[in-house]
Amino acid sequence: MDQFGVLMTCPMFPYLEQELDRRFKLFRLWDFPSKSEFLGHHSGSVRAVVGDTKVGADSELIEALPRLEIVSSYSVGLDRIDLEKCKERGIRVTNTPDVLTEDVADAAIALILTLLRKVCVADAFVRSGKWMSGDFEVASKFSGKSVGIIGLGRIGSAIAKRAEAFNCLISYHSRSPKPHTTYRYYSSVVDLARNSQILVVSCSLTEETRHIINREVIDALGPKGVLINIGRGAHVDEPELVSALLEGRIGGAGLDVFEKEPEVAEELFELENVVLLPHVGSDTEETSKAMADLLIGNLEAYFLKKPLLTAVI
Amino acid sequence: MSDNSTCSSPMEELHPIFLHHLPSSFSVLLKTRLQAHFHVLDPCDSAEPVSSFLASHAHSVRALVCAFLTPLTAETLELFPSLHLLVGTSSGLDHVDLDYCRRRGITVTNASVAFAEDVADHAVTLLIDVLRRISAADRFVRSGSWPVKGDYPLGSKLRGRRVGIVGLGTIGFQTAKRLASLGCIISYTSRSKKPSASFAYYPDVLELASNSDVLIVCCSLTQETYHIINQEVMRALGKRGVVVNVGRGPLIDEAGMVELLVQGDLGGAGLDVFEHEPKVPKELFGLDNVVLSPHCAVITPESFQAVQDLTVNNLIAFFANKPLEELAVLGTCSRAATALERALMLVGSATE
Repeated sequence: MDQFGVLMTCPMFPYLEQELDRRFKLFRLWDFPSKSEFLGHHSGSVRAVVGDTKVGADSELIEALPRLEIVSSYSVGLDRIDLEKCKERGIRVTNTPDVLTEDVADAAIALILTLLRKVCVADAFVRSGKWMSGDFEVASKFSGKSVGIIGLGRIGSAIAKRAEAFNCLISYHSRSPKPHTTYRYYSSVVDLARNSQILVVSCSLTEETRHIINREVIDALGPKGVLINIGRGAHVDEPELVSALLEGRIGGAGLDVFEKEPEVAEELFELENVVLLPHVGSDTEETSKAMADLLIGNLEAYFLKKPLLTAVI
Repeated sequence: MSDNSTCSSPMEELHPIFLHHLPSSFSVLLKTRLQAHFHVLDPCDSAEPVSSFLASHAHSVRALVCAFLTPLTAETLELFPSLHLLVGTSSGLDHVDLDYCRRRGITVTNASVAFAEDVADHAVTLLIDVLRRISAADRFVRSGSWPVKGDYPLGSKLRGRRVGIVGLGTIGFQTAKRLASLGCIISYTSRSKKPSASFAYYPDVLELASNSDVLIVCCSLTQETYHIINQEVMRALGKRGVVVNVGRGPLIDEAGMVELLVQGDLGGAGLDVFEHEPKVPKELFGLDNVVLSPHCAVITPESFQAVQDLTVNNLIAFFANKPLEELAVLGTCSRAATALERALMLVGSATE
C-alpha cells in the first residue's frame, strides 16, 4: 500500500494528511513550485487523487495522470470533479456523504438565527462599549417563520427537521416532489421564494442549478425575506445579490459560500444584515475526522479490492 | 387619552389600570395598546406632581401593569390599597417586591409564555455561535483575513453534547426542545422534578454540571439562586465546558467566570445578561470563545406583540371575573393554552 501513489491537491486537514502519509506514497501538490513541474516528474506515479471543494480533479488534471484509478473527494459536493471524464476513463469516484449532514444543517440554522437575531452585530455593539450609551436595535424572531428549502436531500431534510422544532412552516423545491414528506412542494423556485420568509439553498451544484438564485428569485423573496446559502457560491448570482442587499431589495443574507472563495465582495463587510462565514459548514473537529476516516476507508477498500464505502461512480 | 375606535365604551366605563413605567419607546407601544381597552392612569400624563396624582387616583386601582424592568417597591405598592392584580410584562420578577405582594395577597403574573420562544431561540443562538464560532468567523471574513490566513479554526459538533438546563420552566423547556432537535442530550435541575419532562433530572446544579458539557441558565433570580453558577460549578463543567446565560446576570459569579475564561479553565460562554448591565467585563472583549449580547433576547416585534396580547387578555379576564384558563391566547406558541394557566401564577412559583 505504501507504493500506491496518492496526490493530495491542497492542504485540507492535518489528520487526513498524516493518515494518508502513513499508509500510501503521498504527494502534496503544494510542495511543488508548479503543477506542471509536479506532473513532469511524477504523473506516472499517481493512482489516486484526493481533492476537496477548493481544488478537485478537473479534466486537465485527469488527462495528465495516465495511471489514475480513483478520485476521493474530501467533501460531499462533486462540482470540482469532472465526472464525465471519470466515467469515460473508468475512474472510480468517492465522496463523504452523511457524516457531514448534521454539521452543515446546524450551520444553516446558525446562519438563520445569528442573521435574524442580529447576534454578530449585537456582539460587536457590546465589545465596542456602545451599550453604555444606549439600547441595541430591534431584532427578528425565528420561531414560527416560513422556511423554503431548495433541495430536499440529506442536508435539506436535516435542515427541515431542525426548523420544525422551532415551529416553522416548511416548504421546498426540488427537481420532483418527494413522496414521503408532508412539506409543501413548489415546482417553481420563484413561487417558493415568494412564499417564504427564509430561503435556504441546499441542493447540489450542477449546470441546472447554477445561479438558481437570480434577480427574479431575489425580488420574489423581497425586503422582508432572507437568503441562506450553505450550498455553493455559484448557486447565487452574487453581483445581483450584493446590489439587492445594498439597495434594500432583500432583507438579508447568511452566506457560508461565495463564487470566488476566499474572495468576498467588500461592500458586504459594512452591512449589518449579512452574516459571512468562511466555508465552515462541516468544519468541526469531530466531522473533519469522520470525513477523513471515511475517505481513507474508501481508498483502503479500493486498494484491497473490497467494495467501496461511498462510491459515486 | 384614548380615542381608539375599536373601543365602543365611553371613557368613563373603561376599567382603570395603573401603568408603572420609566420613559422609553417600548412602554409607549404598550401604553397605546392598553389605551384601546382600559382607562390608563399614568402620572406622566398629568401636570400634577406624582404624589398628588397618586393621592387622587391610586386608592381605587385594582390592577397595575409594571412595564418591563421598572423597579416596583413595597413603598410604591403601599399607595394602592385596592390592588388585587399586578401584571408583569417581563419573564423575571426580581425587580418587584414579591414578598410584599405575597403578604398582601396580590396576584402577580409574568410574561414568560409570551417571551419563551424568543428567549429559547436566543439561548440556542448563543450556544451554536460559541460552539461553531459564528460571530468570530464573521469577524474573520469582514477583516479580510480569509484570503490571507486561509482556513478558519475548527468548531465543535452539537450532536451528542450533554446540555444541562438550569431551571426547567417555560423558557427552559422550549430551549430543551430545540436543542434536542439538534442532537443534544438534555438533562436539568429545578426546585422540583417535573413529572411531564422526559429529560434526566439532577437534584442540584453541581451534579448537573458534573454530568454536562454545557449549562443553560434560565431560572429566576431569587436569594437562593444568587451566584448559583459559581467557580466550583463551572470547574465541574470542565475545560471545554460552555455556559449560556439568558436569565439574570447575578445568577453567575461573573468575576469568577471571567477568571476561568481568561485562564482557559472554561471553554466558552454565551451571555445575554450581566451583573451590572450595561457594564461588561472588558477582559471578555478580547476572547473569541465568548459571545455577548446586550440583554436583547426579547427585543423583537413578535415578542412585543405577544406580551401586549397577554397583558390585555389577562386584564380583560380579571375584570370579567373569568378564570384565565378559558381565554384563547394569541401568538405562535402551540402550547399557549396550557401556558396561560401558568401565566396566572401565585408569587413564588412564577417563573419556574
